[in-house]
Amino acid sequence: MWFYLCRRLVLAIAIIAIAVTLLFLMIRAVPGDPAAVLLGPRATPEMKALLHQQMGLDKPLVVQIATFFGGLLHGDLGFDVFSQRPVADIVFEQLPYTIQLILVSISCAVAIAVPLGCYSAMRRNSLVDQVAGVVTVATIAIPSFVVAVYALLIFAVTLRWLPAIGAGNGFWDGPIHLVLPGFAIGIGWVGYISRLVRASMLEVLGENHVRMARSFGISEWRIVARYALPLAILPTVTILGVGIAWLLSSAVFIEVVFARPGIGALIVNAVHTRNYPIVMGVVLVSTFLIVSATTLSDVINAFLDPRTREKL
Amino acid sequence: MAIVESILPETNDAMAAESSRTFLRQFRQNLLGMLGAVLVIFIAATAIFAPLMITHDPIRIMVGPRLAGPSLDFLLGTDQLGRDTFSRVVMGGRIPLLVAFASLGSSLAVGLVLGLIAGFGPRWLDNLLLLVFDTIRSFPSIIFALAMIALLGPSLASIILVIAITSMPIYARVVRTQTEALRSSEYIAAERSMGAGTTRILAVHVLPNVLGPLLILVSMDVPAVIAVEAGLSFLGMGVRPPTPDWGAILNDGYSYINQTPWPVIASGIPIVLATLGFTFLGEALRDIFDPKLRKDL
Repeated sequence: MWFYLCRRLVLAIAIIAIAVTLLFLMIRAVPGDPAAVLLGPRATPEMKALLHQQMGLDKPLVVQIATFFGGLLHGDLGFDVFSQRPVADIVFEQLPYTIQLILVSISCAVAIAVPLGCYSAMRRNSLVDQVAGVVTVATIAIPSFVVAVYALLIFAVTLRWLPAIGAGNGFWDGPIHLVLPGFAIGIGWVGYISRLVRASMLEVLGENHVRMARSFGISEWRIVARYALPLAILPTVTILGVGIAWLLSSAVFIEVVFARPGIGALIVNAVHTRNYPIVMGVVLVSTFLIVSATTLSDVINAFLDPRTREKL
Repeated sequence: MAIVESILPETNDAMAAESSRTFLRQFRQNLLGMLGAVLVIFIAATAIFAPLMITHDPIRIMVGPRLAGPSLDFLLGTDQLGRDTFSRVVMGGRIPLLVAFASLGSSLAVGLVLGLIAGFGPRWLDNLLLLVFDTIRSFPSIIFALAMIALLGPSLASIILVIAITSMPIYARVVRTQTEALRSSEYIAAERSMGAGTTRILAVHVLPNVLGPLLILVSMDVPAVIAVEAGLSFLGMGVRPPTPDWGAILNDGYSYINQTPWPVIASGIPIVLATLGFTFLGEALRDIFDPKLRKDL
């Protein structure tokens, strides 16, 4: 177990290091001078030279990368010339909103999807199962931003039941502003997780220990909850780690549609204004989040299911 | 020998006919798959024959009133510049399909080659490539796409490139796994003992075995690509105005959502139909040809 843990951690760090280097090289490989882009067409050569010095662009590439990594270790993501603030401050100011949105939608999705998946597996081929089968494929396929815009149109613009934009503040206002965005992100996950739970539940329900429990006359719901679900939930745990990546991606759209603060809205604005330091900062933080989430879910999985430790 | 040769083609033909009959039967039993096929054909036909179907010039402004509702003249109403929404939506399907075709095609080609190299090449190269694949997969796709667009500038080419890069690792991994499994099989060893080179083994034996599952995977990625293209255009990072595109029309409609719901309704539904159609079709193809595919990943 410890060996596995170490290997997994080393791999995670290697992936982050490669990702950072790749990103860094990509930004430098782009034709054109980042300083010139930032300063605009009317910049004088002296201004460019000064900014070059400030951004460290006058040093050799290896030194630049090393300085960049050194800064990263201190939590320094660079400096935003536009707002004259460190990138880390800006990104970490927005990050809680995105995390909140993701956590709320994923926990609601799990809360709905796990019982639904269990029920579908227990009453296989029943009407509920068949309807759920079709609806869940549909909810996975439909892009979240279309769901978001339609939800906005129906519930906020036409019916006026829920607020359309912003994150709200205060005890009630915040959660109410989360309803539509959370729904738009979560609905696809309800489908995905319930299908996953259904499939693995069907597999587990056919196993010997479940037949044994049945022969003792234990009620079906108790068998599912006590003996089958702990096994059947494993694939879901793995998927949740990978899912962070997808959730971050859909959060970008949802934050734009509902005009919520968050790192998704931040990067979209930064791309529009070509503010590279911010773009880089958001990519770094989100890559770090994803790699940690995947690693964590792999470790949890290895802890729960010793068989997965052998393959890496 | 002569006998074998005279029998073989016939049995092959019979087997091929038999398997295509079962395929059709299975396909007909799969209602959702049929629905998907109908939707995909409908969308592809619309995209191909779009210039014949439009009622107005899709990029000419002020052909009608601004933000009007549906009427006989403007079937789906007009947008904020008085352009005909129906014509724009009909033409707007061409770009998502083009992007899907171009990006997945190139991704498939590169993934295939890299996967074969990883599966058949030396161990260190295999490990290196796997690390690269895992690194690419660890970027959140949309955020990575936005970063690339910040660097390359918003254009269709950027979108195609980004999608090709981010979808490649999965194909390469599948090819690698299959190649590695075949590499140690007995008939490959037999082939090699008869003096066949690596190229021949890869082209004649590995490629046909790998291509089937790969094509199914690619077909299942089409809806995701359509969603990414529409999404990026929705954010204003895709095609430049005034080119009609579903995501761009949705964005225009979103800006005027308080005045009229029609552009949003008219551009959202084709996105939904396209993603649903390709998803249903892809799932049906997978269920029929290779039910185990997803587990190999």
